[in-house]
Amino acid sequence: MQNIPLTWWLSVATALFSLGLYGALSRKNAIAILMGLELMLNAVNINLVAFNRYITPQNVTGQVFAVFVIAIAAAEAAVALAIIIAAYRQRGTVNVDDLDSMKF
Amino acid sequence: MAAIEIPPLNFAALLPLLIVVFTGLAVLILDLFIADKRSLGWISLIGVLLAGVAGSMQQGLAGFNPAFQSVAIVDGYAHFFNLIFVVAAALSILVALGYLGRVGLQKGEYYVLLLFSTAGMMVMAAATDLMVVFLGLETMSIALYIMAALDRKRQTSGEAGVKYFLMGSFSSAFFLYGVALVYGATGSTNVNTIGQVLSGGGQGPLALLGLGLMLIGFAFKVAAVPFQWWTPDVYHGAPTAVTTFMSVGAKAAGFAAMIRVLMVSFSPAFTLNWQPALVVLAVLTMTLGNIAALAQKDVKRMLAYSSIAHAGYIFVGVAAGTAEGVSAALFYLMVYAFMNTGAFAVVGALEKKNHIGTKLSEYAGLHGRSPWLAAAMAVFLFSLTGFPPLAGFWGKLYLFRAAVNANLTWLAVVAVINSGVAVYYYFGVIVQMYMKPAEDGQAAFPGINIATKLALTVAAAATVLIGLAPGSIIAMAISGIFG
Repeated sequence: MQNIPLTWWLSVATALFSLGLYGALSRKNAIAILMGLELMLNAVNINLVAFNRYITPQNVTGQVFAVFVIAIAAAEAAVALAIIIAAYRQRGTVNVDDLDSMKF
Repeated sequence: MAAIEIPPLNFAALLPLLIVVFTGLAVLILDLFIADKRSLGWISLIGVLLAGVAGSMQQGLAGFNPAFQSVAIVDGYAHFFNLIFVVAAALSILVALGYLGRVGLQKGEYYVLLLFSTAGMMVMAAATDLMVVFLGLETMSIALYIMAALDRKRQTSGEAGVKYFLMGSFSSAFFLYGVALVYGATGSTNVNTIGQVLSGGGQGPLALLGLGLMLIGFAFKVAAVPFQWWTPDVYHGAPTAVTTFMSVGAKAAGFAAMIRVLMVSFSPAFTLNWQPALVVLAVLTMTLGNIAALAQKDVKRMLAYSSIAHAGYIFVGVAAGTAEGVSAALFYLMVYAFMNTGAFAVVGALEKKNHIGTKLSEYAGLHGRSPWLAAAMAVFLFSLTGFPPLAGFWGKLYLFRAAVNANLTWLAVVAVINSGVAVYYYFGVIVQMYMKPAEDGQAAFPGINIATKLALTVAAAATVLIGLAPGSIIAMAISGIFG
């Protein structure tokens, strides 16, 4: 494990973050955007755990942080889905391009 | 295997926070048994005010800090922000007591979520660990997402919820990525430790990249240009009682965490690196917020854009990067809490069911229909413009003076020009209220709820009194900055 340099982990995390970012920006379906956001958060988790292993192996700050992030991402997803369902009931679509009733 | 040792946690230090959380839990349970939801509002109000009193009594007592393994601190800074949150929450509850019933939304959830969101804000102000900043940020935001979508029968409310959630979550991801990089660069998530490592010459470039990403996250939360697109739609679409709360609370909490991180962790080692970025944010935010507000035909939406502009003024103080700038920003946020909740309270009092009654033309002749409401709105708008001797004038004066003293005279000039632009749209409302006749068919004003009256009176009195005697609040703001 230790033979793999830190930069490799960081590269994977960056790639994952960029994929999530692309998904969040390019998708029109609110659920798909949510999936992109989850990818971005998971990229952060890889970063946190990798830094923990290589920079501060004497404590577990990064790992604890990653657990916090996972828990909060779950809470966020629950609230997000509830809000998206509420919006779907109001207008029968989850396409974000159709959420434009307030343009001036 | 060694026995698990439970470290001392020092719950007493976080008494105001605990009071808010327990009031929230109590209201959540009482919601099941109490049919008249207005009493829940009054209970929440008492809880919030108690938290403010408890926080004030804690000041000057020794032995609290640092609390919870130095992830939180109860200093004058956290206390000052707690008072801002108490003001925002208390006034919003009073607005909600009148407004929610009128639009058919009188539910216990509003008060519960408001209390939990306030708790998140208090965590952000007291946090000295980036992990805890993130926890507070999410507690505040998740409650606010639901509040924005509270009106399930109205399309614009659901739309506001979806937009706020997607944008907020997006910004949280950037913030977190930044925190992870800073952690990698310094080996710590503690704000003070990060400051020590960086002053000793740590991993500069990586920490700087992390700081940049964190700033993006904060800029989203305080609605700074170019991260402001969600603001007008969310403020406009959310129920007015919710907009009242989030336009002040979320902004103050974002600034609370941002200023502490910048001043403790990234100063003085990186001051010269982040100062230009904040100057750019300040100029863009002020200018675009004001110019967009000029074009608005809806008062609620106009106040949304004006709140963007006000974030820009506060950035002027933060960009100064000095103790003077920080205390000016603190003072301005307190003043802003009174005058902005007041202005939204008037919008809420005039709004009828189904989101009707926020258009600029519908304010015509308000003076004839309800002179006191018109007078209160005029006080708030004059103060937001920055007319002496109202509170908003002193707020702007201290911010701009801090910029001048930090050799950013041109930034202060830009800010003053922007304040001049703002006169145009604030006075548009005043002209409508006092100089235009009421439209045909506008029935006599039905009268205002007693709670809304109380909110308006308190906000207007504070705006005038702080304007006449700003000394004590300024002294508090100055004592509220950290070493």
